[in-house]
Amino acid sequence: MDAVGGEVTTAMLAAQIRKERRNAGAPSFVLDVSLEVPPGITILFGPSGAGKSTLLDCIAGLARPDAGRIAAGHEVLFDSVGAVDLPPQKRRIAYVFQTLALFPHLSAEENVAYGLSAVSADEQRERVGEILSAFHVENLRNKKPGEISGGEKQRIALARSLVTEPRVLLLDEPLTGLDAKLKSAIVDDLRTWNAANRIPILYVTHSREEVDALGERAIAIDNGQVVSSGTPMDVLDAPRRKRLAQAAGFENLLEGTVLDLRETDGVMRVRLGLTACELEVPLGYAAAGDHVRVAIRAGDILLATEQPRGLSARNLIEGRMASLQPRGTMVLAHVDCSGVLFSVHVTPGAVRALELAAGRRVWLVLKTHSCHLVE
Amino acid sequence: MNMDALLLSLRLALCVSAILLVIGMPLAYWLAYSKWRGKFLLESVVALPLVLPPTVLGFYALVAMGPHGPLGKLWIALFGQGLAFTFTGLILASVLYSFPFAVQPLIASFEGVDRKLLDASAVLGAGAMRTFWRVILPLSLPGVVTAIVLSFAHTLGEFGVVLMVGGNLAGVTRTVSIDIYDRVQSLEYGEANRMALVLLAISFAVLSVVYAVNRRVWTPWAAK
Repeated sequence: MDAVGGEVTTAMLAAQIRKERRNAGAPSFVLDVSLEVPPGITILFGPSGAGKSTLLDCIAGLARPDAGRIAAGHEVLFDSVGAVDLPPQKRRIAYVFQTLALFPHLSAEENVAYGLSAVSADEQRERVGEILSAFHVENLRNKKPGEISGGEKQRIALARSLVTEPRVLLLDEPLTGLDAKLKSAIVDDLRTWNAANRIPILYVTHSREEVDALGERAIAIDNGQVVSSGTPMDVLDAPRRKRLAQAAGFENLLEGTVLDLRETDGVMRVRLGLTACELEVPLGYAAAGDHVRVAIRAGDILLATEQPRGLSARNLIEGRMASLQPRGTMVLAHVDCSGVLFSVHVTPGAVRALELAAGRRVWLVLKTHSCHLVE
Repeated sequence: MNMDALLLSLRLALCVSAILLVIGMPLAYWLAYSKWRGKFLLESVVALPLVLPPTVLGFYALVAMGPHGPLGKLWIALFGQGLAFTFTGLILASVLYSFPFAVQPLIASFEGVDRKLLDASAVLGAGAMRTFWRVILPLSLPGVVTAIVLSFAHTLGEFGVVLMVGGNLAGVTRTVSIDIYDRVQSLEYGEANRMALVLLAISFAVLSVVYAVNRRVWTPWAAK
């Protein structure tokens, strides 16, 4: 252990990984990332096929990078130059798979004790008991995975990984398929555990909801590359790529041309497509005449049936309601603004109160900072 | 009824399935998990007894075991006696003959174990041996039972190889199937019928066990 007499462990996971996937000899996909994961939960976010699982496999030692270096604290786990390649058994990295991979023939207790073969039977019993109660599943000790529910299985899988006192924890979408309440209960237990143990946790998800709820930091990857990193808000609100923007829930992705920059106001004007529709957006790295893409969430747009006055919002666009589609507790409205189609979320109550219907004349209200520039 | 022949057949089948289990498991493990591109060659060799006439296999075994064959010479040098027409020789030939019946169910069941479980075992610190004993083997139990039972039943019923390698020495190499053949030759149909029925009953019982196990009639854990 790195911690001596209560000193906090600050072993950071640092990984530079390059791995090519070849298809008939030609590289079909290249994972090329460099990342640092400090203790605490870091979200690894990106669309499916972005290379997230391959990255985790490389860190855990289940896949071999073509080149790179992986280190946890001072210990080098993999180094293509120094010819270091510790097998997964020696890395002390815990990995919870999306499928959980609980051993179906072993009880919950035996599953959890599986990684503790090196310690005495007494200590084994004690540590298994502790971790089972930390994750609130001590009553399931003697049950086989086939006999317990999804959420309980996830708790057992977490307990099995963490009881070994790993120095890094990798979670590959471990909570998919759970409802939000159960998810947050499990995450609370994970946070509590991690407050006492402080190891780097890399949590893979493509759910925007989980990024908001869980992470202290987030790293977005797409197409094998890190595209942004920082706080979850930074990463989610500054989508740099189209695919990422869609994954992050930006329903409106509009092409436009920069008309002019107003640097003193920190804004610039963008004309959407070849239409007369103009938007004021935050100043970005662009010059007049540049082609840009603007991402806007459907939930960030206000809808009015009369021309509003006296608003601080700078973008007021007139349009016509094209369609209204109920989506669960929400209604997705498409509004045609001189040829540009906007997606807008409204509540069923608002649809009734405003008597919204296809063909109706409406105004869209957009704050400047609800418009995000996408590279 | 010729109890000698029946007991001899059972003893032979027991020995052969035990030996096959011991050498079949490592081989099946290797064939299931090796990434070597040439392993199809070995797979073909393992499957050969399925398509070869027993007389061909028996012929080669006899030649190899004879006093001038390589195996026979080696055996004489080591133990001072030959292999042909002995019980030991019969065991060796039967092991070859029943090889695919033990190895193929093992390969199939090893390959059927979810690879993610093996990954999970590795990241939890278990080496290949521990993963095999704690994960692969328990989850392959139906395959193991099938391998034991099939090699047992197949050895019990063999005829051609036994005749070629063992001959027909009462108490040494005269197995049930040889005995039945003898009886028919000497027109003792009643006795032949009794022996044949016993063999039929045993074969049916044994196959029932295989199919029950594969239908998971008795498996202790739920099938997913």
